[in-house]
Amino acid sequence: MFGKLTWDAIPWSQPIPLVAGAVVILAVLAVLAWVVIKGYLPYLWREWITSVDHKRIGVMYVLLGALMLLRGFIDAIMMRSQQAVAFHAAGYLPPEHYDQIFSAHGTIMILFGAMPFMIGLMNFAVPLQLGVRDVAFPTLNSTSFWLTATGALLVNLSLVIGEFARTGWLVYPPLSELAYSPSVGVDYYLWALLISGVGTLMTGINFVTTILKIRAPGMSYLRMTIFCWTALAANLLIVAAFPILTATLGMLALDRYLGFHFFTNEAGGNMMMFINLIWVWGHPEVYILVLPAFGIFSEVISTFSSKPLFNYRSMVAATLFICLVSYLVWLHHFFTMGAGADVNTFFGISTSIIAVGTGVKVYNWMFTMYGGRIRFTTPMLWSIGFLVTFTIGGMTGVLLAVPPADFLLHNSLFLVAHFHNVIIGGVVFAAFAGLTYWFPKAFGFRLHEGWGKAAFWLSLLGFYVVFVPLYIAGLLGMTRRLQHYDVAAWRPWVLIAGIGILIMMAAAACQVAQLVVSIRQRNELRDETGDPWDGRSLEWATPSPPPAFNFAVLPNVQGAEPYWEIKQRAIETQEMPAEPHYEPIEMPTNSPTGFITAFFSTITGFALIWHIWWLVALGIIAAYAVFVWFAWRDVVEYSIPAEEVARIDRARRQARAQWLAQHARAGVPA
Amino acid sequence: MSTTDAFVGHAPDPYRIGRSRDWVSTGGGRGFAHATGHGEGGPASKRVIVGYGFWIFLLSDIVMFSAFFAAHAVLQTATAGGPSGRDLFNWWSIAIQTGCLLASSFTCGLSAVATEARSQIWTQVGLLVTGLLGLAFLVLEGRDFAGMVMQGAGPQRSAFLSSLFAVVGLHGLHVSAGLLWLGTMMAQVFVKGFRADIMRRLVCFNLFWHALDIIWVALFTVVYLIGEGR
Repeated sequence: MFGKLTWDAIPWSQPIPLVAGAVVILAVLAVLAWVVIKGYLPYLWREWITSVDHKRIGVMYVLLGALMLLRGFIDAIMMRSQQAVAFHAAGYLPPEHYDQIFSAHGTIMILFGAMPFMIGLMNFAVPLQLGVRDVAFPTLNSTSFWLTATGALLVNLSLVIGEFARTGWLVYPPLSELAYSPSVGVDYYLWALLISGVGTLMTGINFVTTILKIRAPGMSYLRMTIFCWTALAANLLIVAAFPILTATLGMLALDRYLGFHFFTNEAGGNMMMFINLIWVWGHPEVYILVLPAFGIFSEVISTFSSKPLFNYRSMVAATLFICLVSYLVWLHHFFTMGAGADVNTFFGISTSIIAVGTGVKVYNWMFTMYGGRIRFTTPMLWSIGFLVTFTIGGMTGVLLAVPPADFLLHNSLFLVAHFHNVIIGGVVFAAFAGLTYWFPKAFGFRLHEGWGKAAFWLSLLGFYVVFVPLYIAGLLGMTRRLQHYDVAAWRPWVLIAGIGILIMMAAAACQVAQLVVSIRQRNELRDETGDPWDGRSLEWATPSPPPAFNFAVLPNVQGAEPYWEIKQRAIETQEMPAEPHYEPIEMPTNSPTGFITAFFSTITGFALIWHIWWLVALGIIAAYAVFVWFAWRDVVEYSIPAEEVARIDRARRQARAQWLAQHARAGVPA
Repeated sequence: MSTTDAFVGHAPDPYRIGRSRDWVSTGGGRGFAHATGHGEGGPASKRVIVGYGFWIFLLSDIVMFSAFFAAHAVLQTATAGGPSGRDLFNWWSIAIQTGCLLASSFTCGLSAVATEARSQIWTQVGLLVTGLLGLAFLVLEGRDFAGMVMQGAGPQRSAFLSSLFAVVGLHGLHVSAGLLWLGTMMAQVFVKGFRADIMRRLVCFNLFWHALDIIWVALFTVVYLIGEGR
């Protein structure tokens, strides 16, 4: 009846996951109870869960990403503390548990932390920057989000029901084959990634179509913001890379479920093919994360340097160069495969060359700051911290790109330190910069600067205290994923890294405090005009938070920094542009399709993991039924009357006019 | 007569496909003044957006197939002492399958012509024949698969057979999904008529069906023709 699922699936004998799981379940139940008792459920359903508004979906993505970053961070704390005590000792985490933790840490951080965070920021900002009202396929967008949430849910479910993979975050065969991983851990991984991967692919299709086909009048390619360009490049990479992930994991699933021999030891299977295929996805994946990050830094640095971005066109070219070359470097993840000197040379050189594109960008950011009137706000601090940290990470990357050096450093903590250096210094810093930068646009009030700066400085310090020792331990020969060790020379470095993680914990606490304090002081931090940072691109032309339709009338774009130009004209002439003629606006209606699809996907995924075949069939039939039901609907749009549009836009214009008058009185030179 | 008048008159193609690249430059942007989706003209029409998005989806689908093709190319000789393609392929069946699929693309195209003419009956007939041909294809393919499994040449036998069943089966899965979609579309055309959204879906379905044909051509070449020679 329930396949492999029995009461033994719950780890009764292991206190750590049991207590952690109980705490999480209690917390979730408490939040649910609070929502129900307060009567927020209808509001949540109407305004968030079924919302197809790109801004709402973006906020939910960021929330999911932030929660998962915290979840993955707890794994990191456990790994660092285990290694701190496991010198000539067993430590407090048994090997089978430790192995799950490092696998879950990588999976969660990349796929359910960083990815949703970046996709959330793209969702929120890209349509606003393009000067339009929504993405190409709003309901699909909601479905994408909920499928991602399904994947995150399945991974976290493995904490209390069954177990997670013990194979590392990329489930290399033959270890991940049924013969060597007979339990459900790898299956949790497979179905979580297959389901959320479909969601991500649909995001890619959605955003490529949006950016290429839906832009405000006059918004030609070379007038798009760099964030839109990097979002385009990242989504092109998603479209080209995620199907390969689906195919690869599908093959592994066939091996495990139906006895196929793609990657097995026997019957002609070829496990190196898996390593190749997974990295053909995996390497573009890191650029899917870091390209939007580059976009965020471009926006932030330009805004807070009060200057247009230096050499915009070379930035576009460098973005597309990276987009293309990111497909030609995957083999550097396994130089030790034995592909021979010629192949390794090609990939070593292409890996070094891709750093040129990033180098161009680094210089452009520096020249943007040069001669600018820099404001050291929290997003700007994250950006400067990124410039320094990422450059160091890039240089250790170029070092690893040299095949002979890689043979020595392969699989060591040096490698671990390198990729954390680029991912934390690049993606995570960008996530926090973007969060602080667009938060007032999303919620109408700024985040508290003091707590934000504290979080930044502690993160920066904590990062170096954790990872510089890991670089050194790696050079001393310490390999990754060690549950215990007995080399005395590594011990001090591991201990220092353990101290570093305490600093990182303080940084995370500051982040949470920043959010709480900002919400409590929201009236003092209120953004009245919709333009809290003296911005340059179109999202700042809307009020904060923007109305559902974003723009009462689509802006007529006449240059590369459309909002800056509108603003300067208003300041020069001391008057607002003439009131436009308002017309009714058609917007897509909300739809529970995404939520219901994800609900059945979760059931199907869970049933597949535990071999509950009747439930699998039920889930698939239900998914098809939802598809037909959705296709059958007749009302797809609702109309916002012209008077309503006019009322909302006049309020915005009034706030702007007030600002303009104050501006004139203050005599600030334009 | 100025160009602007021409647009008011009988609305020629604003994208000027095949005409010289005389950019209309208003305000420094590069794009045609009246063409949507190219910058100057604002967002593209729904039909263009939906079609474009579906093309991107098809490209991603082809990327997924390419991974399976690559796997098959790697594993084609990994027969592990078991049967090779030459021992297994039933050329009559494969030829009829190919015929069915190609003919179904033709009838799918005919249904699109009927849709353009807003002919309910011929659209339905075209779709029905397409579906029947697709079904015949699936039945033949299923029979081949069953026969191979009976002879002990199932996907568990060798890596070669694993990849063969996977890549051909994935195409079969697409055809099956296409049949479900086709049935849904027939019901929708029947109940809702040639509404704009239904028409857009028909365009997507047509694209999907033809893409399956293109993938079959690749399958025929890589799996069957080359496999026969190995």
